Amino acid sequence: MYAQMVDTGAKRLRPLEELSPEERAFQERIDADIRIEPKDWMPEAYRQTLIRQISQHAHSEIVGMLPEGNWITRAPTLKRKAILMAKVQDEAGHGLYLYSAAETLGVSRDQLVADLHAGKAKYSSIFNYPTLTWADIGAIGWLVDGAAIMNQIPLCRCSFGPYARAMIRVCKEESFHQRQGFDIMLTLCRGNEAQKAMAQDALNRWWWPSLMMFGPPDADSVHSAQSAQWKIKILSNDELRQRFVDQTVPQADYLGITMPDPVLRWNDERAHYDFGPIDWEELYAVVRGNGPCNRDRMRTRLKAWAEGEWVREAALAYAAKQAARDAKAAKAA
Amino acid sequence: MDRSEWPLWEIFIRSQHGLAHKHVGSLHAPDAEMAIKNARDVYTRRNEGVSIWVVPSAAITATAPGAKEPLFEPANSKVYRHPTFFPMPDAVKHI
Repeated sequence: MYAQMVDTGAKRLRPLEELSPEERAFQERIDADIRIEPKDWMPEAYRQTLIRQISQHAHSEIVGMLPEGNWITRAPTLKRKAILMAKVQDEAGHGLYLYSAAETLGVSRDQLVADLHAGKAKYSSIFNYPTLTWADIGAIGWLVDGAAIMNQIPLCRCSFGPYARAMIRVCKEESFHQRQGFDIMLTLCRGNEAQKAMAQDALNRWWWPSLMMFGPPDADSVHSAQSAQWKIKILSNDELRQRFVDQTVPQADYLGITMPDPVLRWNDERAHYDFGPIDWEELYAVVRGNGPCNRDRMRTRLKAWAEGEWVREAALAYAAKQAARDAKAAKAA
Repeated sequence: MDRSEWPLWEIFIRSQHGLAHKHVGSLHAPDAEMAIKNARDVYTRRNEGVSIWVVPSAAITATAPGAKEPLFEPANSKVYRHPTFFPMPDAVKHI
């Protein structure tokens, strides 16, 4: 997902009776659906896992601005351009909500950003794919934001208060993103043959990477089991992926374009769509840094950070100067 | 990190409906003026508010999670503070 394959540090799931009294009280609060707040006692592994998960989520929002930013200057109309700018601005806001949630766990935002820049922290695999045509902006909103919503709605109920509250804000805004994406696809699909072909091409390229966003099957993963016990992961990767497929295929049917999956068909018995195998080697390659755009994304982030340095410094210097001036005036008065 | 980080601010917004300012989140800014500008951009992009307060996070004093019982438990036994504590005869109206 926006946070993929998060390490919990767990080797196996420990039953309640093996937990220390503090850990046990903590787990019982979670089991009773009582939210954990920043100043509450929490196991160090819970804290560290959440820092990894929330920061990865935040980094994804920020890096996710890049593929879309690519089309701001080339949007087909002024209206589309204004809408896309609003969407990219939202992504920056989402990154900020999430960094703030992570900071309540006792880590600084500068440290989180430094971890991203050093390659220590990850962001979602999906943002390492290029946006080659305008239709890709439609496909991202429709599929990528659609997949994100699928994951984020259950997280509104997660055990950590600041994360759950950030997710509620994000979900409210994300719905606009998905609809604007579908609207772009719909307009293209009702256009001429070339426009419809462009929409189909975007779907062909974004469909499998969107399914990979949910991460590899995790029914047997100890990390997923631990995250589920802590209620910072509510549904399994495969459950979320299946829901996404079931929701999205009828939308493609409406658009009159088809998923690039010859095996895809409705299964009456399961009451779900069956779909073809996912190339997990591709996901692992992207996560390891070998996707089409990994290096370019990091270069762009590093450049933006370095070139913004003087602004951050100047703003601080100005604030210090103003504060000194105010103090002097107060003394004189 | 050789430079100091911009301080953290807590943001409170009064919505259109005349309710009290409500905490909506936090952000980093070098000073109060910039905190308000940033809060405008981050927290009121969809007409969420008509007024913004910004407070340095460091200036907030909070109750400790461990103090929940001594602070809030005494209210539990005082149910007579709620109007529903007093059953009213059906024949009595407007009360």
